[in-house]
Amino acid sequence: MSAVRVLVGTRKGAFILTADGKRKRWDVSGPHFAGWELYHLKGSPADPNRLYASQSSGWFGQIIQRSDDGGRTWFTPGSKPDDLTTPQGMPKGESNKFVYDTSPESGRPLTTHQWYDGTQHPWEFKRVWHLEPSLTDPETVYAGVEDAALFRSTDGGQTWQELSGLRGVKGHHWQPGAGGMGLHTIVLDRSHPERIFGAISAAGVFRSDDAGETWRPMNRGLKSPYELPDPDAEVGHCVHRIAMHPSRPNVLFMQKHWDVMRSDDAGESWHEVSGNLPTDFGFPIDVHPHQPDTVYVVPIKSDSEHYPPEGKLRVYRSRTGGNEWEPLTEGLPQRDCYVNVLRDAMATDSLDPGGLYFGTTGGQVYASADAGNRWAPIVRDLPAVLSVEVQTLL
Amino acid sequence: MIRVVLPAHLRTLARVDGEVALHVEGAVTQRSVLDALEARHPMLRGTIRDHVTMRRRPFVRFFACKQDLSHESPDAPLPEAVATGAEPFLIVGAMAGG
Repeated sequence: MSAVRVLVGTRKGAFILTADGKRKRWDVSGPHFAGWELYHLKGSPADPNRLYASQSSGWFGQIIQRSDDGGRTWFTPGSKPDDLTTPQGMPKGESNKFVYDTSPESGRPLTTHQWYDGTQHPWEFKRVWHLEPSLTDPETVYAGVEDAALFRSTDGGQTWQELSGLRGVKGHHWQPGAGGMGLHTIVLDRSHPERIFGAISAAGVFRSDDAGETWRPMNRGLKSPYELPDPDAEVGHCVHRIAMHPSRPNVLFMQKHWDVMRSDDAGESWHEVSGNLPTDFGFPIDVHPHQPDTVYVVPIKSDSEHYPPEGKLRVYRSRTGGNEWEPLTEGLPQRDCYVNVLRDAMATDSLDPGGLYFGTTGGQVYASADAGNRWAPIVRDLPAVLSVEVQTLL
Repeated sequence: MIRVVLPAHLRTLARVDGEVALHVEGAVTQRSVLDALEARHPMLRGTIRDHVTMRRRPFVRFFACKQDLSHESPDAPLPEAVATGAEPFLIVGAMAGG
């Protein structure tokens, strides 16, 4: 019997929503880590019981949590009671230690980026925005952090090392957007195991083909006339999210600050596919689990009005890989709705028909068990939703 | 024994109820107390003071004997009443909303 587990990160804790494959009756567990911000939780594709969570607080900083039993129990990696009695001595409690690599050995002692006022500002670690477990190894997980950088752990989250080559790609031109300067999207490619895509606000998309050692900017075709002095700049674009279908890894879709974009050459170039969307501003973008040309976005009115146009919460679906979009409204509020849907707050399951899920800053998590045709809330009154991830359990 | 009171979120993180009792070798200072606390509960490293600089996090305060000791030197002796265990050393999340 198949089942679905939805991992929801909110401003005040994490919630785990579970249902069988029919996706009609839901069990809600939580809040886990009550009172803390949970920017992101995600399960390992190689071991669905292995979950990673980013827990943070303005008071107490960043904590990495791990579960080895599908979210029933959690611990900070390297600090379990059993770990405290190892012959190697006391653990160093480094699961929450994210230190930028400025070592001479790396050759990249890069220490500043562009600040809001155009001056240079030191890199300062704030929190983990996104955790991306390896496709094949439960012990390996990537962390996208603010200020923007990519870290990797190969010991199940006990210790973290920066892949500092990324910040070497004109990092002094990167700058924070309104929400900070975070690496928010990490896309791994099963057909190219050494390939990693990272997306940063506001720097753009970057690709490594050597497991994170070296990186290239992948922003040709992006245009940001209202954000950058050079609208075609190599870096500096405010990319909000990118998505890929695993069966067609050279095709990427992007929700940029403004514009919905598509690449057919693994990010080497992009073209706009906003088409008939009511507005091409937004945050999340996702691809149907079985139809690589079916794409979803949630249009938001503008960069200063972070709510749906006309107070109508509408998911837009393209079945043609962009340009032609249809609104999906059944079961979603069509008046007086002024919530936002954040970049990491939409996900799909892999059942048939495919399921789609998203969470709002108003605390609702909506689900569709028929690829977006009809929607219903799983929960209505959570704290503001920061992230939604889905595990399909077969 | 030194008595340490953690804020609620850190008690949950460290999986402790009530006060933490610590044995501290040598001088009883902020640094020696926090070193002992973090050795007992490694998951607290980085939550009270920065992992690298070892400076107090901005929204964390240290109180004892009705005094705010947050801005004292980490190596200054803590009050005698803390050293003897008569009074607890309080680690507090600053009033900053949330």
